[in-house]
Formats: sequence, structure tokens, C-alpha cells
Amino acid sequence: MKLELGYIFIKDIQFAETSKVENGTLYVNKEEVKALILEDQNFKSADVELAKPGESVRIMPVKDVIEPRVKVEGPGGIFPGMVSKVETVGSGKTNVLKGAAVVTTGKIVGFQEGIIDMTGPGAEYTPFSQLNNLVLVCEPIDSLKQHEHEKALRFAGYKVAMYLGELAKNMTPDQVDTFETPTLVEGIKMYPELPRVAYVCMLQSQGLMHDTYVYGVDAKQTISTLIYPTEMMDGAIVSGNCVSACDKNTTYHHLNNPVVHDLFAEHGKTLNFVGVIITNENVYLADKERSSNWSAKLAEYLGVDGVIVSEEGFGNPDTDLIMNCKKIENKGIKTVLITDEYAGRDGTSQSLADADVRANAVVTGGNANEVIELPPMDKIIGHVEVADVIAGGFDGSLHADGSITAELQVITGATNEMGFNKLSAR
Amino acid sequence: MLKVVHYINQFFANVGGEEMAHIPAELREGNVGPGLAFQQAFGDEAQIVATIVCGDSYFNENMEEAQKTIINMVKELQPDLFIAGPAFNAGRYGVACGTIAKAVKDQLNIPVLIGMYKENPGADMFKTSLYVVSTKNSAAGMRDAVKKMAPLALKLAKGEKIGASSEEGYMPNGIRKNFFDTERGSKRAVKMLLNKLVDKEFETEFPMPDFDRVAPNPAVKDITKAKIALVTSGGIVPKGNPDHIESSSASKYGKYDIDGVMDLTEATYETAHGGYDPVYANLDPDRVLPVDILREFEKQGKIGSLHRYFYTTVGNGTAVKSAKAFAAKFAQELKADGVDAVILTST
Repeated sequence: MKLELGYIFIKDIQFAETSKVENGTLYVNKEEVKALILEDQNFKSADVELAKPGESVRIMPVKDVIEPRVKVEGPGGIFPGMVSKVETVGSGKTNVLKGAAVVTTGKIVGFQEGIIDMTGPGAEYTPFSQLNNLVLVCEPIDSLKQHEHEKALRFAGYKVAMYLGELAKNMTPDQVDTFETPTLVEGIKMYPELPRVAYVCMLQSQGLMHDTYVYGVDAKQTISTLIYPTEMMDGAIVSGNCVSACDKNTTYHHLNNPVVHDLFAEHGKTLNFVGVIITNENVYLADKERSSNWSAKLAEYLGVDGVIVSEEGFGNPDTDLIMNCKKIENKGIKTVLITDEYAGRDGTSQSLADADVRANAVVTGGNANEVIELPPMDKIIGHVEVADVIAGGFDGSLHADGSITAELQVITGATNEMGFNKLSAR
Repeated sequence: MLKVVHYINQFFANVGGEEMAHIPAELREGNVGPGLAFQQAFGDEAQIVATIVCGDSYFNENMEEAQKTIINMVKELQPDLFIAGPAFNAGRYGVACGTIAKAVKDQLNIPVLIGMYKENPGADMFKTSLYVVSTKNSAAGMRDAVKKMAPLALKLAKGEKIGASSEEGYMPNGIRKNFFDTERGSKRAVKMLLNKLVDKEFETEFPMPDFDRVAPNPAVKDITKAKIALVTSGGIVPKGNPDHIESSSASKYGKYDIDGVMDLTEATYETAHGGYDPVYANLDPDRVLPVDILREFEKQGKIGSLHRYFYTTVGNGTAVKSAKAFAAKFAQELKADGVDAVILTST
């Protein structure tokens, strides 16, 4: 399966009469975007704001970040099974507004969303401070329960991202990158001397709004399976998560999965990137056993020499991570795990909820409990008062001058377990 | 200018080898032996005002006396920093460096730095209590050792923030610290896997801990007589969360009286937990903390009684160390209150 990703680099975002992309600037008609959000009767009001790199802006509480993309050639549309028809995606051509994002916000649970600072120390921890963001501030109708609110906001994000992506449909990209995964047999013939490597991507599926969707299916109702990496680039996997902000995979992460990109970079040179196994993180023991059995079995079936396993979340999913590691290593396949740590504010606690000697090659995204100071910002998009109750905040996190003292946990994407960032710990 | 006192053994002071290891501690002005290289690395920022030379046998065989003498010398000089070594792979020298540095740190409250090879017995003894710079195994590695030790020494003397072990060059001391690496995590993972695949050396970023496993207690002999307590990490608290237990990474637990409470309702209780959709727990908190069922069982004589207090915290993102500390404390209370068994509910 072969996909050409065409990047249109976005260096600025502005409101305008007509939505369009011109000379690297994304122009957005605010009213059209608002109308799009308000198609959903679950919202009583909607507002749209801009947040650009370097501005003194704090966005909170953040639910999801989505990159605008559009299918130019080939079957299906972006976010298949969710918004587009459930066609197999991942081939042909897709255009990307690189450097732009849609950020959805709202007090859904109050403590399961995150913070994006566009400047200052907080900005260094989140990749989204580097993007030209269109921020959706959507207020739900009074009677809306949290899980309905989550769903409505999730769809608002997709719709607006697709609306923006559509602007790039007929554009000539600034750069084109091609990604191709041959069939298993072809791949082995092409690179007989190279080690075969697969990627085991664990999807958050603990339920109660810790959900991920694959072609529209709730991942907790799936069994470990295979997916072409390019399918992910077309939005086959999306986030429906309300969970600690630092190590949840936003839809942006799924679209730009760094393990996929870094394995493709070595494909045909030092390794043969065979494909991706997706597996879930359900809470029942039987589910955990079944899913990890299957990920190990699929790795064996693919005949790989090694795998990279990425986790999502922490605590309960640590057990899935270790099960995947143990069972895959027991098949004689070498593993490298990517996780993050909850080592306490002073860094002296045991970092994971489970451990095993076979997990001897681990990459860490950092200690999420480490305390950081976020200075006040000139502008707040959203609700700053959740700082005391957000996951990672505590009584007294929010100071009178608007500054925040909290654990790194509060920052969206800060300790990402796909290895999206440079942050680490020792 | 910052004042530094340096500790070395008889060998590095050019007094002699094993045959001179018996010499007691002596104070010399300025730098001696490897002190010159440190002085050059410090430049104008710091000065080695004195060097203490002590025989390795003397120190290890007369530890109390030696420590006392050296502490007095250092106290007199009032330096901003105390450096010992580097000891490379010399075992007794390494132990002496660690012992005296720890005494200076604890008794005089002066920052200290030592250096040695990772397999020196002194490394395991002191790496969690002192900054121990990892050096090569012989004096041939002196230049490299000074290059790593000098900048860290200056930072310590100035009281600056110390970064992660991999950045500063000290041995991992069990305190996890964040830092920005040069490559993103996924790239580091690919590189690590390529090394692991060909059996090349690689370094895990997180060495797995020895995992603490708890053996279950024997079954309760007669449950119909037993006093049962409820404990939860599911965050059930009286409405309004009076003790402000955090939604994640809890720093405390709560103890609440349920005397006469037959049922937890939406009006009186809620969850403080930030790790799951709270709708169902808030509608009926008994789903997480089953007070209603235990009251029924109590009435029917299926259990002896329900303990008057329940203990609660939030498990979400809470460090294992904190959770352990909470339980160590309230387990004593449960015991003192004559509780026979605990139902521990999670979410």
C-alpha cells in the first residue's frame, strides 16, 4: 500500500471573509466554522479563537488536537468510519495543512483535559505550541451528560478539521513524502538481509471516556489486528479520550505517529518495516490476556525479529504493556517499550504499576509527576479555574496572578508515549 | 571566588604506594596532584584552598579518628565545596572518599562531590546519598574525570539546579529527573531496537525495579463474626470533597465516618477520581464503595459488622511510594480498631 503525503506548510492563521490557503497563510471564515459546530444541537454556543506560536496565550481545558487533512486521490476520505464512509484508506494522495491544527476545548469532566501554553516554559513541553491553532470553544446545552458532551466535541473537531483540509484539496504541495508498505512476501524478497520489525501500537480503551476508535469501532470491542501504517495517516485511528493530558494520544499524534515515521525512515536501510499491530488496553483481566496473546501471536506470524511497543496512559495500561513485552519476548522476538513515568513529585517512587526483567529496553517520555511553574499569560482561551482539579493540579495550583504550579501531567502531550517529544528522564 | 577543599590518598599525593598507606591525615595548602587539573578547569571561578592527604589503610582502619580529624580541618576552612577523589577502581580509596564526603555533607552541611569507577565498592555504597561521578577504571581516565567533575562541582558550589544524571555525569541515584534529550523518543526507540537486534550494547532509559509483590493473607475464619472495613482508591468522598483530595497524584487520603449511613447517594457522596468517567460513580457511589450491600449483609448476619470509618484516596497517577505510605499509616488504625478484614475496591 502506497500513500503520498503532500505537505502545504502553514506559517500563519488569520480570520477572513473567505476561508482559503494563500502563501502559507490559513484564512478562516469564523462564522462558517461556528455554523458548522452549531449544526449539533448539543451545543448552545460556539466561539472560535486563534492561538499562534509565541503568543502569550493559555488554552485550557484542551480535549483533542487534530491536523487538517484531505484525500486528493485514492479511495475513501479522512476519518473513515467516523465521518467519511468506511472505505479502506491509506493509498493514493493526501494533502496536509502542516503547521496548523484544530484544538477542541470544553469542561467535559473538568479534570481530564489539559493545558497548551503558546509561550514560556509550558510551551517547551507541548508540541502544539509550535502550531497555528484554530481553537473551538463550544458550550454544551445544560442537560448534556459528560459522555454525550465528549462525543459532540469529538465530532465538532473532525468536522472543522475536514472543512479546513478541504481548502487544500486542489493545491500543489510544498513537499511530497511517499510511504509504501509492500506485502509481507514482497518485503522479505526485497530486503532478505535486513531485520524484520513491526510496531505494536497500544490504544487506550479502558472505557468510561478513555476510548479510541478504529474505522469508527470502539477499540475496546476489537481484538488485536493488523493495519497498514499509511491507514493511520488518513485518520483510521482517532482519539475519543478524556484522560490525563500528558500521555494521551491525540488524533494529531495518531495522524503523525512518530514511531511509524521513524521506522519508515529506516525502512530498506537498516530494517524492514513490516507493518503495525494495533492492540487495546481493556480493564478486564481476560481482555488483557486475550489481547496480549493476540499481539504476540501476530508478531510471531509476521515472522519479525523485533518490535517497538508504545503505551497510552498509565497505571492500569502498564499491565498490558508488560504482558505484551513478556509474551512477545517469549516468542524470541526482541522488544523496545516506550512509556512514561509516575515517579512521584520528588522522583523517588517506583515509576510503573508493573514490571518484568524482560522489559530491559525501555524509552521513557519523562516523569509526569514532576512539578512545573507556568507563569501567567495575557490571554486565556477556555476556563482557567479548572487548574486546581485537573489531573496533575492540586489545591492551590492556580495562583491569584494567574500563574499555575502543577505536575507536568497537566500539559497536553508532554510525556507522550509514542515518543513524539525529546523529553526523557534518568 | 569559591573555596574548595580536595581530599586525595597517599598515592595521588605522590607520597607512595601501598607501603605508605598508613600515613594519617595531613593538611596541605593549595592543590596537590590531580588538584592541579581541577584548578585549571575551575579557572577564576573557584580555588582549591587546601588539600587533605590521607593513607587509605589509615583511613579505613581508624575510621572514627580519621573522620574526626578531617572534619575539624574542613570546618576550620569553611569551603563552598568538598571534592574527594576521583578514586577510579581503588576500593579502599573509593570507600574513604564516600565516607568522608558523606560526613562533611551531613555534619557541616557543605556540598560534596566524589568520583569513581562504577564497579568500585564505594559506588554502590554512596551513589544514592551523594553525587558520584562515573569515571574510567584507572588513573589514565583522569582528564575525562576532571572534565565531568569540574562543571558539576561548580554548580554544586553555587547551589545551582542539578539536572538529570545523564546530563551531569553522576551515577543514577534513584531520583528520576526530566531532561530534554537530543532526539525524540521514537527515534531513540528505533536506535535501541537496532542495537538490541544485533546484540550490541544499549542502555535502557528506565531500569525495571524489583517489583513488590504482596502475598495474600489466609482466609477470614468466620466471616459472620468479622468486622469489615471498606478502603478504596476509587476516590469516593463526602459531597464537595472536604479534604480536597487531588483528582490525580493524590498527596493524601481521607477517613470518613459512616455511622448510621445505610446507602451512599448522589446527594451525599461523589468521586474525586480524575481517571474515569465519574457519571456512574456519582449517580450511585455504592458502585465503588459498596456500603449499601454491606449494611444488608450486616443486618442479615452474613458479616459481623461494618467498620465505622472508611478510608479513601485517588489511585489515578498516584506514586506507589505515596500509596504505600498512606496504607502503612491507616493499617495501624484499622488494626487498633479491631478490624478483621478489609474490602479494597479499585476502579
